[in-house]
Amino acid sequence: MKKLIDYTKILRSKNAGPLFITFDLIFNNNEDMLYIAERLTKAHIAKAYNVPASKIDIIVYSVVNSIKITFPRKNISGSLADNDIYGCQQHVPLANIEL
Amino acid sequence: MKIVALNGLLGYGYSEEALDIAFSEKVDYLGVDAGSTDPGPYYLGSGKSFTDRGAVKRDLELALPKALAQKAPFIIGTAGGAGSARHVQWLKEILLEIAAEKNLQFKLGVVFSDVSKEFVLEKLDSGKITNMSDEMPLSQEAIKESTTIVSQIGIAPIIELLKEKADVILCGRACDTAIYAAPCIYNGYNPGLAFHMAKIMECGAMCSEPVAAADVMQAYMYEDYFELRPANPIRKCTVDRVAAHTLYEQSNPYLIFEPDGVCDLTNSQFRQVDERTVRVTGSVFKEAEQPTLKLEGVKCSGYRTICPATIYDPETIRQFDTIADTVMNFVKENTKNTLPDGSYTVSFKTNGGEESSLGIIMDIVGQTQEIADTVCALVRSRMLHCDYPGRKSSAGNLAFPFSPSDIHVGPVYEFSVFHLAQVDSLLETSKIELEEIGL
Repeated sequence: MKKLIDYTKILRSKNAGPLFITFDLIFNNNEDMLYIAERLTKAHIAKAYNVPASKIDIIVYSVVNSIKITFPRKNISGSLADNDIYGCQQHVPLANIEL
Repeated sequence: MKIVALNGLLGYGYSEEALDIAFSEKVDYLGVDAGSTDPGPYYLGSGKSFTDRGAVKRDLELALPKALAQKAPFIIGTAGGAGSARHVQWLKEILLEIAAEKNLQFKLGVVFSDVSKEFVLEKLDSGKITNMSDEMPLSQEAIKESTTIVSQIGIAPIIELLKEKADVILCGRACDTAIYAAPCIYNGYNPGLAFHMAKIMECGAMCSEPVAAADVMQAYMYEDYFELRPANPIRKCTVDRVAAHTLYEQSNPYLIFEPDGVCDLTNSQFRQVDERTVRVTGSVFKEAEQPTLKLEGVKCSGYRTICPATIYDPETIRQFDTIADTVMNFVKENTKNTLPDGSYTVSFKTNGGEESSLGIIMDIVGQTQEIADTVCALVRSRMLHCDYPGRKSSAGNLAFPFSPSDIHVGPVYEFSVFHLAQVDSLLETSKIELEEIGL
């Protein structure tokens, strides 16, 4: 089993405003993107981040061979319990999903 | 029509040569984004800028004379990083300082975008507030607790000031896109193309290779398309870079939400025109039936004192949870007659573990700085000497990197309002001022 990060050229997380976290997966080619788009489910993300599947959006953006994932932050940016104000180090559980 | 973006964030710097190249042609408008919510709620709350004054002044003083010489209106969005009245004033003072030093004359337009608690309460009561996330509903209490609330203005107030022939337009909290879209729409260009161009331009040369928020970007508007070319000859725009840009920090790569409607990129096409230039077509704007303005507000949640420390002993690390419980019970017992219930919070922000070392930040937020100091000192001293079963390193549990060990962070702000308000007019929250400078 390969990890998700092994399929990608770019795998990153960042705030989409302080209430949402968004992840970009950019692939080397359309084939790799489609391979993952067919296999990566909301259930994978829900488990990796302990967030309800109903709150997760997965959008394929084939113009640049990419998949975007967005869901609400449990801890809003800058709240007392938050540990990552910019949200740019939240990608590791996603990177480690085995597919 | 040619529009120039100074860089992706005022104060981040740019190449002076690139600016010269950009202004070697006729420039119609110059813009720069000066703010972001990325650094968190503190800046809106404190009235401080997260950008450095010296760096902001440098970025402005090279560009302002060029824009004035070419009669290219210079549009600055989200002054001072967070765009409240205090931030606008901060940036205005820098502009006035430059004007005095360089003997510049110009008409300054200012848009304040602060809103009162009463304004937001009235919107909430009349059902005109929409939550952006279910995690954050809006209550009357949250509004009343807020210390500063701003609205994110769109193109409307900027267009008002373009009509008034302002040379420099200084905005409070503004949509990043409004800076660049407003002059295009004012001149009758297709709003779909205008907003798409603006979304890319607001990050400076981020859409180029090598990538840089800290450099000058150029857009050329035409009737059915726009073209992007970085000013700096070491950079080039590529289809991949330009197309990928709408992924960045956006929840949806196909849709850019604006106060007046939504820009749909589903049918956008990208074409390499020459080695450094990309042409974009097909972006469509759909006007919203109900215009909305995004509101951003913060409340003060207390005062913070922190103490960073490291544990290297693997046995101490293994027993950290027990130690933390002992420390917390001690602090509660020790302060039960002196500090009111709920007057402080303690959290341990930890990194690493047994295999390396455990980094800890003892994070104490109190109702006052004194409470935070008292609790932090108790937590730190109790944790340093806390016994646990089988302890051999009985001289101390914590390695402190600093003396003093405890650090005042000061007031702590949290977002209290981050919601959409339905408005009758997109000028509803704008307070516009015009002033002749240097006459």
